[in-house]
Amino acid sequence: MPRPERCRVVITGLGPICAFGVGIQPLWSALLEGRSAIAPVRRWDASGFASNAAAELLLDTFDVKSAVPKSYRKATKVMARDIEFAVGAAQEAVRDAGIVTRATEGATPTIPPDRFGCQIGAGLIAADVDELTAALWTSRGADGNFDIAHWGETGMTNLTPLWLLKYLPNMLSCHVTIIHDCQGPSNTITCAEASAGLSCGESMRVIQRGDADVCLSGGAECRVHPMSMLRQGFARRLAATPTGVDPATITRPFAPDATGGLLGDGGGIVVLENGATAAARGAVALAEIAGFGASQCFCPDTIGVEVNETGEEIAMAIAAALDDAGITADAIDAIVPFGSGIPHVDQPEAAALVSVFGSRARSIPLIQVMPFVGNCGAGAGALAIIVGAQAIRTQTLPARINTTGCTALDANVTPARAATLKNVLVVITSLGGQNAAIVLRAVA
Amino acid sequence: MTLHSTPMQNEPRIVITGMGWITPLGHDLASVWSNLMAGASGMAPIDRFDARTFPTSFAAQVRNFDVTRYVKDMAVHRTAGLNTCFALGAARQAWEQSGLSKSGAVNARRAGIYLGAGEGVLDTEHYFATNIAGWDEAAGMIDGRRWAEAALREMTALREIEQEPNMPVSHLAREFGLRGPAYNCLTACAASTQAIGEACTILKRGDADVMLSGGTHTMIHMLGVTGFNRLTALSTSKGDPTKASRPFDRDRDGFVMGEGSGMVVLETLDHASARGAKPLAEVVGYGSSADAFRITDIQPEGRGAAASMTMALRQAGIDPHSTRADGRAPIDYISAHGTGTKENDSIETKAVKRVFAHNAERIPMSSVKSMMGHLIAAAGAVELITCVMAIEEGMLPPTINYQTPDPSLDLDYVPNVARRAKVDVCLSNSFGFGGQNDTLVVSRWAS
Repeated sequence: MPRPERCRVVITGLGPICAFGVGIQPLWSALLEGRSAIAPVRRWDASGFASNAAAELLLDTFDVKSAVPKSYRKATKVMARDIEFAVGAAQEAVRDAGIVTRATEGATPTIPPDRFGCQIGAGLIAADVDELTAALWTSRGADGNFDIAHWGETGMTNLTPLWLLKYLPNMLSCHVTIIHDCQGPSNTITCAEASAGLSCGESMRVIQRGDADVCLSGGAECRVHPMSMLRQGFARRLAATPTGVDPATITRPFAPDATGGLLGDGGGIVVLENGATAAARGAVALAEIAGFGASQCFCPDTIGVEVNETGEEIAMAIAAALDDAGITADAIDAIVPFGSGIPHVDQPEAAALVSVFGSRARSIPLIQVMPFVGNCGAGAGALAIIVGAQAIRTQTLPARINTTGCTALDANVTPARAATLKNVLVVITSLGGQNAAIVLRAVA
Repeated sequence: MTLHSTPMQNEPRIVITGMGWITPLGHDLASVWSNLMAGASGMAPIDRFDARTFPTSFAAQVRNFDVTRYVKDMAVHRTAGLNTCFALGAARQAWEQSGLSKSGAVNARRAGIYLGAGEGVLDTEHYFATNIAGWDEAAGMIDGRRWAEAALREMTALREIEQEPNMPVSHLAREFGLRGPAYNCLTACAASTQAIGEACTILKRGDADVMLSGGTHTMIHMLGVTGFNRLTALSTSKGDPTKASRPFDRDRDGFVMGEGSGMVVLETLDHASARGAKPLAEVVGYGSSADAFRITDIQPEGRGAAASMTMALRQAGIDPHSTRADGRAPIDYISAHGTGTKENDSIETKAVKRVFAHNAERIPMSSVKSMMGHLIAAAGAVELITCVMAIEEGMLPPTINYQTPDPSLDLDYVPNVARRAKVDVCLSNSFGFGGQNDTLVVSRWAS
């Protein structure tokens, strides 16, 4: 159907957060150098799992206390690590966009609060195991097992009163809206890895339909957590990390010998803005979000571990995004694929790319993200979009690592190089079968 | 440059063509509605786990629910958690009522899904056993190696994966063959109101013709009750549980947990008309806002709630200060968020007054949470269906347990007894912990 005239939506600020730290510089340098952050897990002894390496964002690299206004430090006590990542990413995105918000005490905010929206995707936030178990431990009965009667009576008082609020997925958005005074439309999409991509797509729509001028958008998750490691392992998504093999070399998207993915911490927030208001305040548009499409895979198993091998629905989302951007497949210069290195996830994605791009699929350069920063769950799509935008902004394709022997796609190891990048496609799939595709475009 | 949402001439109209309810007051539209009309309560002692020593030991559970009544091939959904089963039950009702179950009635690629579903229930027994087995008492922390060994021994793959909040979406997409845009949002207690509002925007912009939407949730489990008890958000009333949920009453002392699912089929009017489907109601307005105030408190003047209502009314083309030609207030009924906490009910009342001014006292506003408890992420969808039923039946559900007026809460809360009324336009509010607010406006469908 013909679409009505809509405003352009541009990215004016990048706030990635990942194992390399906060901000585009540490991430981009690593991508240019072909340096992965994946290493044995240090936060706890993960050696009981067959897969025990990840891209961790440790406290010495990112401490949320340095990312909030002094008046908000107390509130960091009720933040799960996932929430801390969102708060850190938002602060960086806002800084990068040159926006002044309530976070700067005493300053006049750039964006009217009621025109400032926030859509941040989140995962299933797992409770801190130490904190919960310390409380549970007080309610062991005579047999050493958990005694629920004791728990109800007194044991539960060992949990801090606000315990639940640390783990509600909407708290990523809520803390960010409070810190930056975003009173406009607000959402929390929870579709596993598709969360941030769907959030950015929906923020674009919020701006297009005139409900906000600016949105903080993206997603974040702390996937380097014993419960995530357990669940992702159960979902057959993790590669084993045998002794003697450098874990940084294990994630090999689209390689015939790929064995699985590894997890990462982080995600990102971008500042999305109505092109007209961005221009009016003299902001630099880094890239335009030109198209968005979404779809649901047919999953024979209902939970999305097994997806349609033809990749038909992933192709539908891509086609919708191209159509929305008003371009055909010929106009795509590079692709940031989901590219997880999980064979049964890469396979339908590759099939989708081949079905959309035909023989050109093998010559459109792919940009890797997960081999560097791991699979950041609800944050994965945000990192993909940020890397795509940075590639456009710098007209550079970052290096690819690990993958060899891929013939269907341009996915094998290569150093970074300059390239003309006008339209970059970002593809995001998820455990559960939700897909998002986004077209990023260079600003004329 | 300010381009607020306003009703547009050529914008597609969005209608509801099917609805389904799995709630503590019944498992189909007719029985839930008759219970709401009778002022029945779904509250009773919790029997899903031993809550006898908990500060709150009662809730409104869904009882005698048999998911196999709604699902033809249960083998496909054998690992579904309770929240997904509720969703399957409610969605099947909505799908059948819409007539889309007839073959060829819908193009799967143009049919999407947008839920506000909560996370699944933890496998508490095995999770706790793992944590205790993995605990290093001397160090005061888990021993990672022992924890992993216990976890791999105790916990099971599918029960863990099924807890992801997008799993109900995946199950429903599989059950009904939907392959269009698919989402789940989890904006706490506002989630399914948000889901329905967002689904309408997806239809309006032409990305789908049909959206299955709504919510499903249960937090009636050990850590759910623990979490809300620690927040002191729940009623800890020691008397008759059916009297514990007392929205807008002076002696209200917190909400009572409910569980279940509400689902609707949304369509563009064109799509519904083309296949001869009868619209049950039209969704005419949606608003979303954030308090941006505090994690633990609602903005005291109800700023965010008012913003969300104002946005929804503006989209509906309704001036809250106006009077209709027949002398009625501009809307006929508000389905309140009305949780029964001190703070919510007083601030919601303020926000309604702020939006409707002199009209506020003329608009009946009740809380079905007095009868079926707070269905958390599912509450908004369940309550929107209440509004559509009110339009169809010309009856307003009451706020039960309203015994002692709170001097500062002076609106018409439809106390205790259902009321006959002319109902054409209703507004439904949902406000989430942390300050995300959503409002929907539905109207009698008229061509």
